[in-house]
Amino acid sequence: MAVETHNSDRLAARTGRRLRDNRDWLGALFMLPAAAILLVFLAYPLGLGFWLGLTDAKIGEAGHFIGWGNFVSLAHDAVFWLVVFNTTFYTVVASVVKFALGLYLAVLLNERLPFKSLLRAFVLLPFVVPTVLSAIAFWWIYDSQFSIISWMLIRLGLIHRYIDFLGEPWNARWAVIAANIWRGIPFVAITLLAGLQTISPSLYEAATLDGATAWQRFRHITLPLLTPIIAVVMTFSVLLTFTDFQLIYTITGGGPINATHLMATLSFQRAITGGYLGEGAAIADAMVPFLLAAILFSYFGLQRRRWQQGSAD
Amino acid sequence: MTAVPDTIARADRGRGKHYFGSLSRRFATLYLPLGILLFVLLFPFYWMVVTTFKPDTELYNYAHFNPFWVAHPTFEHIDKLLFQTSFPNWMVNTLIISVSSTFISLFSSVCAAYAIERLRYKGSQYVGMAIFLAYLVPPSILFIPLVAMVFRLGLFDSDWSLILTYPTFLVPFCTWLLMGYFRTIPYELEECALIDGASRLQILLKITLPLAVPGLISAGIFAFTLSWNEFIYALTFISSSENKTIPVGAITELVEGDVYHWGSLMAAALLGSVPVVLLYSFFVDYYVSSLTGAVKE
Repeated sequence: MAVETHNSDRLAARTGRRLRDNRDWLGALFMLPAAAILLVFLAYPLGLGFWLGLTDAKIGEAGHFIGWGNFVSLAHDAVFWLVVFNTTFYTVVASVVKFALGLYLAVLLNERLPFKSLLRAFVLLPFVVPTVLSAIAFWWIYDSQFSIISWMLIRLGLIHRYIDFLGEPWNARWAVIAANIWRGIPFVAITLLAGLQTISPSLYEAATLDGATAWQRFRHITLPLLTPIIAVVMTFSVLLTFTDFQLIYTITGGGPINATHLMATLSFQRAITGGYLGEGAAIADAMVPFLLAAILFSYFGLQRRRWQQGSAD
Repeated sequence: MTAVPDTIARADRGRGKHYFGSLSRRFATLYLPLGILLFVLLFPFYWMVVTTFKPDTELYNYAHFNPFWVAHPTFEHIDKLLFQTSFPNWMVNTLIISVSSTFISLFSSVCAAYAIERLRYKGSQYVGMAIFLAYLVPPSILFIPLVAMVFRLGLFDSDWSLILTYPTFLVPFCTWLLMGYFRTIPYELEECALIDGASRLQILLKITLPLAVPGLISAGIFAFTLSWNEFIYALTFISSSENKTIPVGAITELVEGDVYHWGSLMAAALLGSVPVVLLYSFFVDYYVSSLTGAVKE
């Protein structure tokens, strides 16, 4: 008996040691917390979202399977198509401008400047401050009676009446796009600046000695070497812009007459405000193909350009 | 990185070109556009501060008072916000939720990143890819199924609904960042310890983690900021006024019908931003490195 216990103790100790040294077993143990969180609160809801899109669930009601019913009714819903247009327009315009201005700002910040790190810290502020709180500031800046922009333009003699920023469909669209660009420039600029700093100065020296102009140096050195990081940054930027919710919810709430509703805000309105979870989930699901297309386009599009440039040399 | 403009400037001067000409060109192509961009990026914050300290008489009267300046600064808006609304509650809630979800995420991310990068168990590279893909799933498509889950689990309107769901976007981000960071720590150090008979846990706690402290700070600060700023989950999962977070409380509770109290709204925006901005100002470099580290590779 005593011998047996002794033996089993030794066996247990040996197995314990073996398990402690086994990479796969140890790896699984280390992965446990993260895997549990991501499986329960990310993977499962992702699947549940697709399922809800196929049901007529309401808040507090489980709902029944109705096949593609939600998607069919969305396809005949003029508001849905307006919102698809809004989201695409918002994403394309905001992303293009954010990229252009962000890259410009990054190039400017890469120059020899006094107080450079202080400048960089200030540039990143719009990214740090909670989006909703800065959006409230924009809401106030766009106020129909007390807009500081209108006041300045009138003082300069450029306009004669206060601009109704958020009351007219196109004004409102441009206003929220401007706020989104403001919010997004710092991210693009600071990450691209980090990319710029990895480019070896000797390349520019060589090009300068060969008589290349500033534009040629930018076009043939900076841009090609920056392409991989541009691809990643813009993929993120497109993704965040396409799924934007906070700015719209805060500044316009989707109005006037749905002119600024995006897919995320419409799905919130239908699912939470209206209580039709199934329909809201269907709108959220409808974002997925657009998202995948956006990711593939911005990621592989730019990757291939890098590859083509590489092979051309 | 400064070598380029340096050489160019020197070359210009060396060629005997007009120094003042190049100075004014530098002003037009560098300082002026930079100044304009900075003005646009910072103006909303200036506007927030000015509005917060303006009495109502100045706030709605541009004819008699210059809107860009505060003639008679007042604390009435801040006073109203702190003593007549639930703002202090929201501040405490936001703090508790952000700190808890940040710690949960950091703990699970450290374990996961170490396992993926250093234990290299079977299939770890696919798990790494999966983590990156999880990072790309936006909250806007998760909030509807999540609210259904939160209801079923009985977490609706409690802090736990947010503490448990914020890690869905924090864990992929922190894991990805820490994986990159662990990769920069020489593997030889761990091999030495292994040969000396240290266990994996000892290696992680006594060698890898102390060396990864900057990475941990980066990930922690960024995660804290992301939780502080989160909006759509907090808006959907919380209903009672005293349980709200700052961003949600500010936009849903401070507007009474059609009357916008711009002074206290701006005060809420200002005070709600102060904690993250303070944190940011102390750790700018960590913040930047986590921002740029996240998009690397």
